Amino acid sequence: MTPRTMYRKIWESHLVREAPGEPSLIYIDRHLVHEGTSPQAFAGLKAAGRKVRRPDLAFAVMDHSVPTKNRNLPILDAAANGQFEALERNCREYGITLFDMFSHNQGIVHVIGPELGITQPGQTIVCGDSHTSTHGAFGTLAFGIGTSEVEHVLATQCLSQYESKTMHIVVNGKRGKGVSAKDIILAIIGKIGIAGGTSHVVEYSGEAIRGLSMDGRMTVCNMSIEGGARAGMIAPDDTTFAYMEGRPYVPRGKEFQEAVGRWKALATDPGAKFDATVELNANDLAPQVTWGTNPGMVSGVTGRVPDPASFRDPDDQKAVARALEYMGLKPGTAVVDIPVDRVFIGSCTNSRLNDLRAAARVVAGKHVSKNLKGALVVPGSMSIKAKAEAEGLDKIFIDAGFEWRDAGCSMCIAMNPDVLPPGERAASTSNRNFEGRQGKDSRTHLVSPIMAAAAAIEGHFVDIREWNVEAPE
Amino acid sequence: MQPFSTHTGMVLPLDRVNVDTDQMVPKQFLKAQTRQGFGRVLFYDWRYLPGEKPNPEFILNWPRYKGASVMLARANFGCGSSREHAPWAVADYGFRVLIAPSYADIFYNNCFKNGILPVTLPEAQIDELFRRAEAQEGYSLTADLPNQTVSDSTGLKYKFEIDPFRKHVLLEGLDDIGLTLKYAANIDAFEQARHPGATMYEAVDAKYFPKH
Ligand code: SF4
Repeated sequence: MTPRTMYRKIWESHLVREAPGEPSLIYIDRHLVHEGTSPQAFAGLKAAGRKVRRPDLAFAVMDHSVPTKNRNLPILDAAANGQFEALERNCREYGITLFDMFSHNQGIVHVIGPELGITQPGQTIVCGDSHTSTHGAFGTLAFGIGTSEVEHVLATQCLSQYESKTMHIVVNGKRGKGVSAKDIILAIIGKIGIAGGTSHVVEYSGEAIRGLSMDGRMTVCNMSIEGGARAGMIAPDDTTFAYMEGRPYVPRGKEFQEAVGRWKALATDPGAKFDATVELNANDLAPQVTWGTNPGMVSGVTGRVPDPASFRDPDDQKAVARALEYMGLKPGTAVVDIPVDRVFIGSCTNSRLNDLRAAARVVAGKHVSKNLKGALVVPGSMSIKAKAEAEGLDKIFIDAGFEWRDAGCSMCIAMNPDVLPPGERAASTSNRNFEGRQGKDSRTHLVSPIMAAAAAIEGHFVDIREWNVEAPE
Repeated sequence: MQPFSTHTGMVLPLDRVNVDTDQMVPKQFLKAQTRQGFGRVLFYDWRYLPGEKPNPEFILNWPRYKGASVMLARANFGCGSSREHAPWAVADYGFRVLIAPSYADIFYNNCFKNGILPVTLPEAQIDELFRRAEAQEGYSLTADLPNQTVSDSTGLKYKFEIDPFRKHVLLEGLDDIGLTLKYAANIDAFEQARHPGATMYEAVDAKYFPKH
């Protein structure tokens, strides 16, 4: 048999119907739903008199607009509240499991899927959210869809899809001390560009990827979409199985062992062909900081803000000039000389327990800079929050001058009250530095959790390697 | 869905690469529960000054482009968030045709669900169209989906490629869900044939069930 990629294996095992000249119908194993992109889908379903085919395969959560403090108080944002109520109504009406704002399992949709064991290797997973690519860290085919497709999956449990091209990104070598999964993926995007992965599904492999914990692998796969890729995936291995065992939706005992057997067979066969291959070495990788208005505008922390004239393509020159104007940065400024006003540690990229542990190690016994206007830690889920508190991390952060919040998307997208004010500059562990992403006229620098933590202490970026601290596993 | 066959309209040249969907519809407008009315907020932060005063510097507000229904754009148009609010806004504003060298995957796919034709042309041809649209006030293009061409009144005519199935769905204005439901028997058969462990496990631990 011809050797197959993991993507191809999952694709083949989900084919419901194939016909020449038409997209294929593929079966969807898990449909994750949140309040932001689902109301119109449910409304469309209702208007057409259709039912939800498999409510047991859908899981809903409130995350995008939820407040991260004082949840017992009434929600003043009527539009957000309307979406919460709609989600609750729709889930009740169609029999879909919902983790609402008061559930102790509530959290960011891409954090709770893996955490509860809803995400399992070999599955197809979709969600009306581009960072669905996160779940690929378990060897799943997981990708974001629009609201019309959310409706399509609700009605049919299938999607009409063309097979994607495949890209193999191999990260060789070992990360140095202070270098995180976040730095690996930012460096990859810097290398391939934000459209480099367009129409491809990426598989990550290599020593540096294997060496990551599941938390780190999720960080990498999470930002696949920022490189333009449809999805990102990593073959499941013992790290994956150890993470999964005992989680609520994961089978137990003999069933688990049998499942592991099936999951092991998912790995790409030796000799399987990819449409493109990119190689990177982690050995000489520096911590990364974005300076512009997309995740590909990134540099090592020892670098400087570039001069637009140094780009060859006139479109790039214009884009960089515009980005620097928006960011209020001068060409030639050393990255470590960029001051920050606020720090945000959170989002589906970097809000898991290993991220919080590593950031806490950086700030323990220190205090945030007096120039800082605010520093926020927002755990990815209420369960991570509880575990962090059991380890005393909340106390470390609060003593250092951080606010410790309830779980949600928070300042990653600023749909709740956690907004970065106009003109202010944040060191953020999230995934998008687009204009206005964290608030109108706000300025975002994407970094790893330990880089963000150190920036909070110093009031500007620092090369965390000089602090001799461990990066998140 | 509204079918698409041919469309002639004035061209608005949006000369920026990597326009992301956060710019098309900023987050504060994602709390709606309907698909309507997003045209008013298209490119909100670029388009309006404080107090929703039109920003005279942004091209959408230039009088000469009032009524444009063909948007000429640069590479990687529609990157970022999967929000379908972006194509809803593009369509609701009145755009029926997009012309760009490349699109982000999710946005491209979402266009077809909303009766928008996203035309892909090589960079050199896009450059030429930008030159013409900027030089000539009221410059119009005709997008002809059956013949897969974009043309102007001076005889310029570019051929574009499009997936035949997508073309068919757009021409007929077909309902995707209706199409798939024709294969309900295939879906039934697929579900029955699967390994019982492949799809669903119950939550093992009752304490993880939500309250509701
Ligand atoms: S944390 Fe940010 S990127 Fe992740 S799902 Fe929420 S809004 Fe999207």
